[in-house]
Amino acid sequence: MATKENQSAYWKENLTYIVILLGIWFVVSYLFGIILADKLDAVKLGGFPLGFWFANQGSEIIFVILIAVYVKLMNALDIKYDVHEQ
Amino acid sequence: MNILAWTWIIVGLSFALYIGIAIWAKAKTTGDFYVAAKHIHPVLNGMATGADWMSAASFISMAGLISFMGRDGSMYLMGWTGGYVLLAMLLAPYLRKYGKYTVPMFVGERYYSQTARVVAVVCAIFVSFTYVAGQMRGVGIVFSRFLEVPINTGVLIGMAIVFFYATTGGMKGITYTQVAQYCVLIVAYLIPAIFISIMLTGNPIPQLGYGSTLSEGGLKILGMTDTGHLLEKLNQVQIDLGFSAYTAGGTKSKIDVFMITLALMVGTAGLPHIIIRFFTTPTIKGARASAGWALLFIAILYTTAPAVAAFARLNMIHTLNDHSYSEAPSWFKNWEKTGLVAWKDKNGDGKIQYAKGNAFKGAVAFAKDASGKVELGPQGERVVKTPVDDKSKNELYIDNDIIVLANPEIAKLPPWVIALVAAGGLAAALSTAAGLLLVIASAFSHDLIKNIIAPNTTEKSELMYARVAAGGAVIVAGYFGIHPPGFVAQVVAFAFGLAASSFFPVIIAGIFWKRATKEGAMLGMAAGIIFTAAYIIYFKFVNPADNTAAHWWFGISPEGIGSIGMVINFVVLTLVSLVTKEPPMPVQEMVASLRYPRESA
Repeated sequence: MATKENQSAYWKENLTYIVILLGIWFVVSYLFGIILADKLDAVKLGGFPLGFWFANQGSEIIFVILIAVYVKLMNALDIKYDVHEQ
Repeated sequence: MNILAWTWIIVGLSFALYIGIAIWAKAKTTGDFYVAAKHIHPVLNGMATGADWMSAASFISMAGLISFMGRDGSMYLMGWTGGYVLLAMLLAPYLRKYGKYTVPMFVGERYYSQTARVVAVVCAIFVSFTYVAGQMRGVGIVFSRFLEVPINTGVLIGMAIVFFYATTGGMKGITYTQVAQYCVLIVAYLIPAIFISIMLTGNPIPQLGYGSTLSEGGLKILGMTDTGHLLEKLNQVQIDLGFSAYTAGGTKSKIDVFMITLALMVGTAGLPHIIIRFFTTPTIKGARASAGWALLFIAILYTTAPAVAAFARLNMIHTLNDHSYSEAPSWFKNWEKTGLVAWKDKNGDGKIQYAKGNAFKGAVAFAKDASGKVELGPQGERVVKTPVDDKSKNELYIDNDIIVLANPEIAKLPPWVIALVAAGGLAAALSTAAGLLLVIASAFSHDLIKNIIAPNTTEKSELMYARVAAGGAVIVAGYFGIHPPGFVAQVVAFAFGLAASSFFPVIIAGIFWKRATKEGAMLGMAAGIIFTAAYIIYFKFVNPADNTAAHWWFGISPEGIGSIGMVINFVVLTLVSLVTKEPPMPVQEMVASLRYPRESA
């Protein structure tokens, strides 16, 4: 049975997930794809300079993975705190 | 069978399919019309969102833009995908829990204010019309290029199709049509990309292909002798011609690329026609998942686009630069008649030179003799009457759109593939137009008529109003498609800037902060919009001569200023909320309930 305290614990855990995942979201796009792109370009990923790859494809692929991870985590969290839809 | 016949057949079949779906998915209730009765499976909703999102610009113009901008172009790739992460985590599940029909309705109820709702309606309608005018024009352009009919006839055909399926099916009809349109456009985009990737590198996956080494066949096509990584070769040829390396930053400053990317991401997450797609899933769990599916389907095209851009750029430079017109590949001559490519032998050496800078001053126009026949130059090229730009050695005009449009011919694919690209471009434009028209229709019928003007309207007449509003919106959109206001290109920055600086902060605060008050929201929206609009209007309309990095604040272009507008909105909203009376208890309880998929005791 979910109680008031339970519900606020659920919300806190949700916010923690969001902060961590959006942190990664920021790092791969704004940091790796823009701010540090020139430095990362010294490293090669196959034929791709790394900074260019993050800006062109890497961040998009990681965005998809981030949402997939969030969906999995939240589905589990809904059940853990008994707030899932029936 | 020739290209034209194939194009009519494939475009005709795709239109018949859309109409068939509309008849099958007729809307019977307002719930059907606004949110497809909340019965759409998350995977299908993801596909529909993908088609809704990817417009004529994504399909036809984006790869070309990237091809000319190099790494700077990735701000479009990141900016137009990153917003889905924000949608999945910060917006979609909570707005789905709210469970009503429109974005202005949420703003009105959350901020317990009809005024806020009306402001939101005006913003939603303005943003949507801005966008939809460009889509209808896009339909006309695809028709004129592939089917050789006048642009205006193309716009009228597009209007008739959208009119039919948007007014009968509403959101339900639009959703299933968009699923079909996604399939058409993604196949049309991938086939040429895969074949070009195989031709140049031997790798069938374009996403990997442009990071591979050139194959023997590829070298032959490009007229090169020693192999190496495709991107290295491209960097080399760019530098030789006086451009910056393809994989390095170009002319834009880092701060501007950062701000434009942010404005596009946040703007995406604040666009009403995208937000309402998440109202259609049966569950909150489904709303989250559907954002993930949407981004996956979008990323398939968005990771292919930079590959297409790099292939086309390398191929274009190698097959045109320092070759005479008679040696130029056939796609160049075929597309010359559309005015999308043009050549003028500035230095009189009989060869095409490509270099940094503009070939001509202004839009390309071809010279015609007294009888109206196009004049041809010594090698059979069309004579350009536009004055040449003496500041540059560049002799070649290449429109962005050619990169995608000429792809099938570059890859020497059969005519039916070219026809498929035409159908794909139309699918992209029509699906986005339909989604936008629905936002406009529901803003009129639900937010204005049902809520403010005539609250006693029955369900049946509200449905009728919604259909009439959708029909009216198609006609207005078509009018703008036929008579495009000169500023359509400029106002795209407006649509994103406005969505970023108005809706996004107000909705986020509305969900995550119970203490956000109506005064805070209204002043925040006003401050964000006025700041963003003033900056864009000044540089785009009042003083366009000063629209250069030297005059911008902190080097931020009008395209990226929505990011600052968003911050201003958040700051004003927070400060004003703290000094005004807290929201009534029922509103605070409503906000609390958004956080849990199911409340219990």
